[in-house]
Amino acid sequence: MAWLRRNARKAPLSLRRSFVTPEGVDLRIELGSAGERAAAFVIDVLAILVVLIGATIAIAYLAWSSRQSAFAVLWLLGFFVLRNGWFALFELSGSGATPGKRLVGLRVVARDGARLTGGAVIARNAMREIELFLPLSFLGSQAAHGWADGAMTLFALGWSGIFLFFPLFNRDRLRVGDLLAGTWVVHTVRGKLGSDLVVPVERDRRVFSEAALGLYGVYELQMLEEVLRSGTDEAIVTVAATIRRKAGLPDDRDDRGFLTDYYAALCGRLERGLLVGRRRADKFA
Amino acid sequence: MATALLAGQPALVNASRFRAAHDADWQRLETLVTRIEKRSIRVLSDDDLLALPVLYRTALSSLSIARETSLDRALVTYLEQLCTRAYFQLYGVPTSAVRQLGVFFTQTWPAAVRALWRETLVSLLLTVAGAVVGYLLVRSDPGWFFGLVGQGMAGGRDPSASVETLRGTLYGKHDDMLTIFAAYLFTHNAQIAIFSFALGFAFAVPTALLIAYNGLMLGAFLAVFVPKGLGFGFAGWIAIHGTTELFAIILSGAAGFRIGTAIAFPGRATRGDSAVQAGKTGATVMGGAVVMLLVAGLLEGIGRQTVTNDLARYAIGLVMLVGWLLYFYLPRSRRDGMAAA
Repeated sequence: MAWLRRNARKAPLSLRRSFVTPEGVDLRIELGSAGERAAAFVIDVLAILVVLIGATIAIAYLAWSSRQSAFAVLWLLGFFVLRNGWFALFELSGSGATPGKRLVGLRVVARDGARLTGGAVIARNAMREIELFLPLSFLGSQAAHGWADGAMTLFALGWSGIFLFFPLFNRDRLRVGDLLAGTWVVHTVRGKLGSDLVVPVERDRRVFSEAALGLYGVYELQMLEEVLRSGTDEAIVTVAATIRRKAGLPDDRDDRGFLTDYYAALCGRLERGLLVGRRRADKFA
Repeated sequence: MATALLAGQPALVNASRFRAAHDADWQRLETLVTRIEKRSIRVLSDDDLLALPVLYRTALSSLSIARETSLDRALVTYLEQLCTRAYFQLYGVPTSAVRQLGVFFTQTWPAAVRALWRETLVSLLLTVAGAVVGYLLVRSDPGWFFGLVGQGMAGGRDPSASVETLRGTLYGKHDDMLTIFAAYLFTHNAQIAIFSFALGFAFAVPTALLIAYNGLMLGAFLAVFVPKGLGFGFAGWIAIHGTTELFAIILSGAAGFRIGTAIAFPGRATRGDSAVQAGKTGATVMGGAVVMLLVAGLLEGIGRQTVTNDLARYAIGLVMLVGWLLYFYLPRSRRDGMAAA
């Protein structure tokens, strides 16, 4: 059966990283994947473009109606701040994330768990200049002058490519900027506490024999938990049938009740094992 | 082997007992953290603020216990998420912007600049060497000028220009297009500063080229003005903002050098740690250099237009230079000078 298939040993390279707090507890944080990072970046670039175009129109209108050159200065400085400050200023604020990262559910934190310092944020965002803007503006100016020959285009794209795909070539999905700033980008997940599966019930619980409970270990228990929490009716029927078949139990037509009771009994049994230092990892252990 | 529906005790598992005992604390922590995430730490009352670290440690110890004694994965996942969120709010958040700026200007920036004194010297020497070479090249063959300085940058100030034209560029009153030009120069120079920092990543070679090229251009301009007897005036024209501007460029070059050398020669630290240390110090110096360039832009846009006296220009430039030097290198009490981050 699919839910019992053992793939724990062959799990794909995980993005979970050990992250020990000063109190000595490992939080097992989850890094943002390359796709999410790219999505956040695209959102940010779009937002910058929207602000830039809006501000340009507004300033052009004001400058046209008042004929003051001060607006040109304003635009130049505004463009500079937008280009270099958007990422840094947002990341320096409390949430440690640009609007794009916030939408995707990411935030920047220091790899050593310390405070995110201004120096680190400036470093990771200044590197973006050579990662992306330098080759692009180079290419742009070349194209504008009509000199963009094949070799130059290839060079600019190759240069960008190295930096652009840099996060894919290291375990921790670090940009060059992250590497230099000592930061990484992690998931910010807001989950609710799932309900307790072993709530007291009115009826009597089923009682299982040792042999029936001895079939499975922790891995299978937690798969069963997943099925009980979010599984479809079909999955519940399948799982209940499998357990009954293996344990040699008769079908009593109440699959969910059966699985809940079996979960409670198995969980209690495995927890008793934990108390004496026996953690049965899975059914093969 | 039948599953008799016997009257047994309810099979309460650890997770249930654990949830019942601590659920209220977790809920309260979650509410507090959510409120901080939405707004800021300031929305919390004093009681909540005092409770926050206690609740956080409660949740952390709950997590440790849950991992060891409970097999309820939803519980462990929830506690991991809750503790991580609380951790970032308690430890990971930068201090307030005003406070950060204060610390930056009083401590971190000068300390970082002092830490880079070797690189700054190298950067200065490179600029001077570039200027000397540029001067000699253009003096020996004026054709070099156009090779070194682009048409747009020269703005008519080339070796073939007459003394009067050149004098006009130094002392002439300009319309307010010049404020735009000053703003343009500031953004342009600041971009150069950022590049020379970031390009340090390539073992500092492009940074060295940028800094040397900056010196070459300076030398080329000197070679245009000095033979026409305008050397003194040109130096004053440059000095009023140039002491600040060149200093800033030299510093950002130094930041690039620090990164490049830290990656190439990490010494006893690992390459990664060495890069992080250099990156933070370098970025602090570079961020400060952008502020210096803003000051230089103001001096250029406003100061140079209103002050046309050579000696006054020299005086302003010199005062700025001495001011920066004192600000960066004046020894401070040990309490201030340590944290170069």
